[in-house]
Formats: sequence, C-alpha cells, structure tokens
Amino acid sequence: MTAAESPRGGAVVKRRTATGSAANWIDERTSISGLVKELGRKIFPDHWSFMLGEVALYSFIVILLTGTFLTFFFQASMAEVTYDGTYLPLKGIDMSAAMNSTLHISFDIRGGLLMRQIHHWAALLFVASIGLHMLRIFFTGAFRKPRELNWFIGFILFVLAMAEGFTGYSLPDDLLSGNGLRIIDGLVKGIPVIGTWISYLLFGGEFPGTAIVGRLYTLHILLLPAILVAALGVHLVLLVINKHTQFAGPGKTNDNVVGVPIMPVFAAKAGGFFFIVFGVITLMASLFTINPIWLYGPYDPSPISAGTQPDWYIGFADGALRLVPHGLGFLIGPFTFSLNVFLPVVVLGLFIVIVAIYPFIEGWVTGDKREHHIADRPRNAPTRTAIGAAGVTFYAVLWAAASSDLIATHFGLSIEGVITSLQILLILGPIIAYLVTKRVCLALQKKDREIALHGYESGRIVRLPGGEYIEVHEQLSDYERWRLVSFEDYKPVMLRPDANGRISVGQRARARFSNWFFEDRIQPVSQTELEAAHGHGHAAIEAADSHAAVEGGH
Amino acid sequence: MAQHDDGVTTPEGDAVHEGTPTGTALQVSSAAESDPGAGVVHSDRVVNPGFPPHNPRQTDLDPVKDRRAEKQVAFLFFLSIVGSILALAAYIAFPILPNDFGSIRTNNLLLGLGITLGLLGIGLGAVHWAKQLMREDESVEMRHGTRGTEATREKAVEVFTLGNEESGIGRRTLIRNSLIGALVLTPVPAVALFRGLAPDADPVKLMQHTMWKAGTRLTHDPTGVPIKASDVTLGSAFHVIPEGLLQREDMLEQKAKAAVLVMRLQPQDLHVTKGRETWNYNGIIAYSKICTHVGCPVALYEQQTHHLLCPCHQSEFDITHEAKVIFGPARRPLPQLPITVDSEGYLIARSDFREPVGPDFWEREV
Repeated sequence: MTAAESPRGGAVVKRRTATGSAANWIDERTSISGLVKELGRKIFPDHWSFMLGEVALYSFIVILLTGTFLTFFFQASMAEVTYDGTYLPLKGIDMSAAMNSTLHISFDIRGGLLMRQIHHWAALLFVASIGLHMLRIFFTGAFRKPRELNWFIGFILFVLAMAEGFTGYSLPDDLLSGNGLRIIDGLVKGIPVIGTWISYLLFGGEFPGTAIVGRLYTLHILLLPAILVAALGVHLVLLVINKHTQFAGPGKTNDNVVGVPIMPVFAAKAGGFFFIVFGVITLMASLFTINPIWLYGPYDPSPISAGTQPDWYIGFADGALRLVPHGLGFLIGPFTFSLNVFLPVVVLGLFIVIVAIYPFIEGWVTGDKREHHIADRPRNAPTRTAIGAAGVTFYAVLWAAASSDLIATHFGLSIEGVITSLQILLILGPIIAYLVTKRVCLALQKKDREIALHGYESGRIVRLPGGEYIEVHEQLSDYERWRLVSFEDYKPVMLRPDANGRISVGQRARARFSNWFFEDRIQPVSQTELEAAHGHGHAAIEAADSHAAVEGGH
Repeated sequence: MAQHDDGVTTPEGDAVHEGTPTGTALQVSSAAESDPGAGVVHSDRVVNPGFPPHNPRQTDLDPVKDRRAEKQVAFLFFLSIVGSILALAAYIAFPILPNDFGSIRTNNLLLGLGITLGLLGIGLGAVHWAKQLMREDESVEMRHGTRGTEATREKAVEVFTLGNEESGIGRRTLIRNSLIGALVLTPVPAVALFRGLAPDADPVKLMQHTMWKAGTRLTHDPTGVPIKASDVTLGSAFHVIPEGLLQREDMLEQKAKAAVLVMRLQPQDLHVTKGRETWNYNGIIAYSKICTHVGCPVALYEQQTHHLLCPCHQSEFDITHEAKVIFGPARRPLPQLPITVDSEGYLIARSDFREPVGPDFWEREV
C-alpha cells in the first residue's frame, strides 16, 4: 500500500505516531504483525444463532471476574463459628466459617451481594447458553467433519460447567446445598464395589465431615477452571482453524466463508455483545434475588424444607433419581447392589455418552468423509432432527420430574399420579417426539419443494379468456429459492459383498442404520425439474397477467 | 497490503485467490478425494445464483440519517459514562447501615443499576455503531481442506521417521518396553497418596453403628431436652436426637446417622412383626429419619394416613407397617429404633439400630 493509493494511510505510516511507535516496539519483540495479518480480517458469518456460544464465553468471563472478587472474602473452612453479622435472624447461631463468610459477603460488604448474585446468575446463564449452543450445533449438523472433535471438546466444557456449578453451589454450606451434598453422598455410596470408599475418601471421613467445602473449593477455583480454560482455548483455536459454518445462501458455498471481518465489524459487534451480556446479568442481579442462603440457614443433617429445588442444570439428575421404579436392587452374595440409585447413574451416563459421541455415530452411519461447512436446516436432516427432539424430550421429562412435588402441589394432583405419568412419559415421550418430528420435517421439505418449483399462492384469482379461473402463483427470486433447494442428499448405503464375496456384520449393521436414517427422503429440486416447472408456470402466469392487464384496461 | 493466501475479497470483487491458482481447483481436488458415503452427488443440482445485489442502508444513502446514527452511538457511550458515575455515587451515598436490612437492598439495587447502565451503554453503542455505520457489505474468504498439504504431511512423516531412526525406539525393543513399564508404574504411588484423604479407619464399621446405645435418652432436636413418654400425645411427631449429641466434637457426623422421628399411634394400629414386640412403648415408635434412598431427612409426617414422605425424592413410608416403602425410589423400610422408658418416665433406646441407617452401600449386609 503506497501513499499515493491511500494518502491518509500512507501519511500515518510516515509520521511516527504514538500508536505506531508502540506497535513497532511490540512487533520488533514479538513479530505480532504476523498474527494480526492472519487473523485481523478473518471472516465470520453472521446469524443470530451463532451468538449462543458467545453468550457462554462472555458469561464465563463474567464468572471469572466476579469469582475472583468473591475469593478475596470467602473462607473455605468448615470450622465452627458463631454468627455475629448484620442479619438479625441468624445472630448467635453456630455455623461453618464458609457460611459465615458468605453471609459477610452478602450483608457486610458493599456490593458484595451484587457480586454474589452476578456470579450465580452468570453461572446459570453459562450452563444454559452452552446447552442452547449445543442444540444449535446438533440441529444444524455443524458437528460433522471436520468438527467432530470440537463437538467433543464442547461436550467436555458442558460437563465441566455443570461440575463448576455444582461445586460452587455447595460452597456456602447452607441447608439447601448441604442436602444436595447429602444426595451426592447417597449416590456415590450406591456405586457397586467402590462406592463406600469413594464417599469416605471424598468427605474425609463420614458425611459431612469437615473437609468437603475446602476440597470442593480447590476443585471450584483451581482444578476445574484450569481444565475449563485449557479446553476452551482448544475449542476456540479449532474454531479458527476449521472456520465457522454458515447457513446456505446465495453465493455461499462449501468452499467459502461469507460474513464480516474481525476488524472492525465483528470485533465491534462481539465486543459490544460482551458488554450487553454483562449488563443484562448485572441487571438481573440488581433486581432479582438468587440463592438466598440466609433464608435456608446453616447446614444441619436433620431439618429440610419441602419443595426444595436444585439449580436448574442438576434438575435432570435429580429427576432421574425420583423416577426410579419402586423397589429396585438386590443382593449379590453378601453385597448390596443398589439398583434404585445406580440405575439412574447408568441411564444418565449412557445418555451423555451418546451425546458426546453422536458425531462419530452419524459419521459411521453415513460413511460421509467429505468436509461440511454449510449448516443444515433442521428439516433437511429429518432423522437427525427427530433423534434430537427425542433426546430433548427425554431430558425435559427428567427435568420436569425434579419438580414433581411442586407440580403436584401447584396443580392439586397426587404426587403418585405425577410420578407415574412422568415415568410413562419418559418412555413414550421420546418415541412420540421422534415420530412427530420426523413427519413434520418431511412435510416441511415437501412444502419447500412445492414452493421452489411452483411458487407460493398469491391469493389473486384471474379469469382466463375461456372462462377458466386460476390462482396466480408468485415465483421466488433465484436468491430466495436457493435456500430451499441447496441441501445435501443422502440415500441408504447398498449392501455390497467385499472382494472375497462376503458381507461383514459391520456392513450389515451400517446398511440397516443408514436405511433407518435415509429411507424416507425428499430429494432436493434439480435444475431440470426447476426449468421444466418454470417453463410451464411462467407461460401460464404471463398469459394470465397479460389477460388481466387487458381486462383492467377496458 | 500484504495478502494472506486466503485472499479476502468482496462479493463484487473478482474473487482473486492469491497463493493458490483458483478457488474451483481446490474445490475439485478436495471433493474428488473424499468418499461421500451415503451422500448422493447430483450432477443436476440447481445452480448457485451467486451473491444478491447489495442493499444499501438508510445511513448509506442519507447523510442526515448517518449523522443521527452517529449521535445515537455517542449518546449511548455517554450514557455509559453517566452509569459508571452513578454507580460510584450509589456506592458512596448508600452504605450498608447496621441493623438496617433495607439499606442492603438499596445498595444492591442502585449500585447494580449504575453498573448495568455503564455496561449496556458501551454494548448497545458498539453494536449500533457496527450495524449502522461500519462498512456492512459481506466479505468472502476461501476455505481450504483442513488436512495439511501432501508436502507438509510428508515432512511430518519424515520427522517421525528420523526421530525413530535417530533414537532407535522402534528397533531397541528392550529400551522401549522397559520405558513403557516404568511410565505405567510411576502414577501408582500418586494414587496411593489419596488414601490419606480420610482417616485410618474402616468406613464400613463406622457406617454400621450410630451413637444410640441401650439407655440413651431420646431428646428434642435441636434443644437436647429429654422427652417423657407422657409428653408424646397421640398423633404427635417429634424430631429427636440422642442425649449427649450436642456435646460431641463430631456432632454433625453423628447427627447425620442418629436423627430419629418419634410418633405415637394407637397400639392396635401398629402391625408389629415377630421379634419387634418390645420395640415400641404404648404405641410410641421411633424410626430413623435418614431416608434409605439417598439420605435426605424424611421430615414430612402425614398425621391422618400415618405416612412419612421424603421431600427430596418422594419416597413414602407407612408407619403402621414398620415404615415399609409404599411409593417412590427407596428400596428398604426406615430402620426402627427399639425404645422403652427409664425409671423416671423418659424415653430411652433399648439398643442401637439393628441395621445400618441411611442409603444402601455395597458392604451393608456384610
């Protein structure tokens, strides 16, 4: 770039400005200009759903900032102290130093309650936005090659976020979180063979002991965040390497990225969005109380309040514990196999393992080794979308079950009736969701095909010279139509014998799976079909239009 | 301007692709190598119509609107400044006053709203700026296959080959295998260190006993005042802890096992199994309060039906049938504490529980 081409730019380079000197100083020591050159004008596609991951990232930054503030005041100790702070109802009550310092943060430090509430709200939003982000990735097929690994890393991040949430939730050592820990203790003890010892080592003796808060604190502020930050780094590096997916649109192909450059538009939007996310969380923390531990009181193994709820993201696990059928479990020799506790652990374990490896399952079924950078519209992958809907339903039923008692009391139902209904729904719900979703997707695909080929009904009726009445169909523009016709097509793989004339079990399984995935399919509109339809359609409309024009002229 | 080989262009530009010959060449080579599997590659696909014409914004066309947007952005940034100052003012003007709970709410609200304004002003201003005033037409960047080029991959293979040759790790199997053995074993001492997480005792033995002993008085939870049998009227329920619990160093651990519910029913309503005839006293019965499911306190007593309900996971226990599970995930009845009265009429335990209390564990029946 010369001064002649760009007088202003050239002038900046020549005159030694302060920023120019600073940039020069840094570059001569880091060669950072290379990085700026590589990434500065990198293109990011734009779509509202791409913000969900950003919300997760920004709420995590908010969590780090406020969490650091809280560590300056929080005491991760279960040593017994007597409360002597501002909150009168608890004055003189014995509690752990952890609970005492949490009350101190809330009521004796200006802005302390705000920081606590921002931290808690941001944590709830963090897990929620990761969940929605994962659903977006799933339903648009953005996990396909080359992004399977990044899906898995994202899944790890989701698990870490929940672990961070639970460890943080337990730190204040209040009645609610203590009962949560007690449930975890019961859950751990139910693990066959090693459960008793894991619980004993985890709590540093018998429950609750005096060690658990300190240990959870180490996990919460050191180990888990370290792993989380590392995994997040890899997640973002892979995002840059793989480049972002984009939705189908005119001009967009599998080989390009269409969007805005990092500098300046994306940086302004993303940077601004960070402040918006931070601002909205702060607004929530200013207006709405979250986790009022002063109402629960310090932990004591004997009392409990009815209608207690875990934080939302633990709900599905709590619900699973509630939905276990009556009386499961047996003895193996002298040993107790507590199926009523272990079964939900196994079922949830299987569920999340399937979530974690889904990209590899679908990759194996399709055998598709191509890279995919165009995000699917969910309707164009009916079986995947239906599987997703079934998974969401399964999760939703478990989640609802965590509030079974509140559902019963609020709607005046019997708790037995609610639980039994949810047990039935847990099995039937996903099946119904699968079938309905698949049919809806296929129907939407048919509608798209119809509109692409024949346009949409305009509601304008005209009479032809022969007396025939027809409705005029409006055609889409080529640009609008492209969105409806540009999707990947798959069909079941054929069973073919290998060189030795044999068909392996794996091949049979794959053929069966791919048949399940793709036996119901709507083909994308082809160019020939389009031309044929339009040759015919255009003629009719033009005739109708010219006739209408003539009639109007009379 | 130095060009990265991604060759960023605008849609209207003639898709220059510096570094590699053409975009299409790349597309063909990567598509030819990859197996589509179940994917169908149609030759008759609808042709991509290319980029639509660019629609300029109001701010691009009308200098007045452009100027207005500029003012709006600056106003939002100004609001942010005001918000931050307000937050500071609120911090100073609304301190937390001793014994005034309302002052905490005011402090939280005003400080929070100030900070909110400070943050949202920047955020909304920046986004408004980007959407209304920054160049908004979309740019295009070419993708490459993610895998390294053949040349790079060959180089990488060469690195490993040289590493193997120069170290001899593939050839010298004795060294290799002994190294693997050594590496496998090094973490073992670290695992052993974790035994120190809990004291040297056998958890199974600890879990099989509680503080209750023959003669231990039943006392009110949480006051520790002993309970006379005559105080327990028909239909009442008491939360109970063993006498001496409050003086224990390990109070919470003991309470987590020893908490008990005492209720009184008509003796004829109780279905007593053989061997438990002496465990109740005139219809006064004591059951462990710790749920056999995952250990929540079973704290809800329905006086009319004589059912105990666990508020955590809704297991229901029938007190008239020795706390048999009648609904919910729990597997075992609540353990019963055998009780009687002492010479002064206070309720006392006849012994410890006859089985471990609380949730199932592997060695429970050992």
